[in-house]
Amino acid sequence: MSRETALNAVMVMGLFLVPLWALWADEPFIITLTTKAAILALAGVGLNIALGLGGLVSLGHAAFFGLGGYAMGILASHAQSYAPIMETPFLIEGTKSMPVIWVIAIITSGLAALAIGALSLRTTGVYFIMITLAFGQMLYFFSISWPAYGGEDGLSIYVRNGFPGLNTLDPIQFYAIVFVILMAVLVFAGRLAKSPFGLALNAARQSPERVETVGITSYKLRLIAFTISGMITGLAGALFADLNRFVSPTMFSWQTSGEIMVFIIIGGVGRLFGPVVGAVLFILLEHLLGGLSDYWHVYLGVLLLLIVLFARGGLIGTLAGKEISHD
Amino acid sequence: MSLLSVQNISAFYGPSQALFDVSLSLNEGEVLALMGRNGMGKSTTVKSICRMLNAGAGTITFNGRNLRKLPSHKAAHLGIGLVPEGRRCFTNLTVEENLLAAARSGAWDLTAVGALFPRLSERLHQSAGSLSGGEQQMLAIGRALMTNPRLLVLDEATEGLAPMVRQEIWGAITTLTRDTGLALLVVDKSLKELRQVADHAVILERGASVWSGTMDTLSEAVTQKYLGV
Repeated sequence: MSRETALNAVMVMGLFLVPLWALWADEPFIITLTTKAAILALAGVGLNIALGLGGLVSLGHAAFFGLGGYAMGILASHAQSYAPIMETPFLIEGTKSMPVIWVIAIITSGLAALAIGALSLRTTGVYFIMITLAFGQMLYFFSISWPAYGGEDGLSIYVRNGFPGLNTLDPIQFYAIVFVILMAVLVFAGRLAKSPFGLALNAARQSPERVETVGITSYKLRLIAFTISGMITGLAGALFADLNRFVSPTMFSWQTSGEIMVFIIIGGVGRLFGPVVGAVLFILLEHLLGGLSDYWHVYLGVLLLLIVLFARGGLIGTLAGKEISHD
Repeated sequence: MSLLSVQNISAFYGPSQALFDVSLSLNEGEVLALMGRNGMGKSTTVKSICRMLNAGAGTITFNGRNLRKLPSHKAAHLGIGLVPEGRRCFTNLTVEENLLAAARSGAWDLTAVGALFPRLSERLHQSAGSLSGGEQQMLAIGRALMTNPRLLVLDEATEGLAPMVRQEIWGAITTLTRDTGLALLVVDKSLKELRQVADHAVILERGASVWSGTMDTLSEAVTQKYLGV
C-alpha cells in the first residue's frame, strides 16, 4: 500500500468516524460542518477532473455549482408553492424529491458545461481562464437580475427535500447521503483516471500535439472531461443548496470558483483525495480562524502562498511524495 | 497501388520553403529508408506525411485516401503510426499507461509489445520519465505499435543512443520487418543498418528528393555525394 493510499484511507475513516462521534457527543453542528466539507470536496473532485487530469484552469466552475443549486431552488420552490414551473406547451411541476432534483441538476449543469466547454476549449491558457470566468459571471449577473427566483436576495426553501426512506432533516441522515455520493464519485474519478480515456487526457495535458499523432483528439477528450467535471460540480451545487435550504447568486460568483480551486491546490491538484483534504482544511480554517477574525482569508492566503512556493503537490503531495499514485 | 504515395510535395515554415517537390512511395510490407544530411528535410517530410505540417503543394495519399485535408489524429486513425524524433514519451505516465493511452484494438497489445521489448515488460509500472534514453525509445516504438498501424514511421529512432541500445533497437526493427507485414518508413543516418533492413531508399538534398531506388542500387558514389559516407 502506497503512502497516498494510506492517507486516502485515513481521510475516508475520518469522514466516516467524525460525524459518528459528533452524533454520540450530541454535536449536530460538527455534523453540519462535515457535511459542508464533504459537499465542497465533491465540487472539488468535479473541478479536479478538468484541472488535475485535463490541465484546464477553469475559473467558471461556479456556473455549474450555481446551476445545480438553482435547479434545486427552482424545483423545490415551485413544489412548496404548488405553482407549476410552466403550463404550456406542457405541464412541468416542481418537486421535493432529492433524486429527481439531482438528475435535473446533473443534466442542466452537464449541458451548460458542454456548451461552455465547446466554446472555451477552442482557446488555451489565459484566454481559456478568461472565457470560463466570463461565462460564470454572465450567469451570476443573470441570477441577480432574475426577480422571479429572488434576484440578489436569493431563494429560501423552508423544508429540506426528501429522500425515500430517510429523514433528510436529521443531520446525520443527510450526511450519510452526501458521504455515499462523495465516495461513489471518488471511486468513479479514480477509475476514470486509470481508464484509457483518463490516461489519454493526462497525456493530452502534457502535449496535445503528441497525442494527436497516436490518433487521439485532444479537443474531444477535454470537452468530455469538462462536461463530466461540470456535472459533478452541479450535483455538489444541488446538495449545497439543500444543506443550506437557500440558494443565492453567490453560488455563481467567481469567488466560489476561486475558493474551489484554492482548496484543490492546497490539497493537491490531480490527487484523487486532494479536493477532500483541501475542503476539510478550508472548512476547519473558516470555522477556527473565522471565530477569531473576519479577515481569516488572509491566513488562507498565506497557506496557499506557502504551498504554491514550497509544496507544489499540495498537502497530499508533501505527505505522500511527488509520484502521483493512481491507486 | 502504393500504401503511401507522396507526389511532389512542398512545405513551408512561415515564409521559408523547406521542401521542394519531394516524392516517394511505399508498398504494403516494404521498408523505405529516407536519408539525407542534417537539415535536408527528412523530419519535415515525416511531419507532412503525419499531417503535423500542412503541405503547400503536391499530393499525399495513404491507402488510396488523400491526406491533405486531414488532421493528424485522422491520419493516425487511418493507420500511420509515428515514432517521433526525440522519443517524446508522456513522462508523467507509467510505461503501461503510455502504452494503454494510445491503444487501439488489433494484434499489437501489451503482450506483443512486451515480447518485442522485454525490458518494457520489466518496467511496466515505472514512470516513463525515469527510463533511460534507449528504454524511452523502445516505449515510443511500442506506443506507436499499440495504435496497430499499417505504416510505422520511425524518425531518427536510434539517434543519440549507446551502441548496445542501438543494436537492440535495430534488432527490433529487423524483427518487425521479418515477422510482420508492417510497412516501415525509416529516417536514420546509419547506412550500414539501413542497408540490412530497407528495400528502397530516397535521399533528400536541400529539401528535394535527389535520388531514389532499391538499396542494391545505392552506390558508394551516391552515398559519398549526398550523405558524405
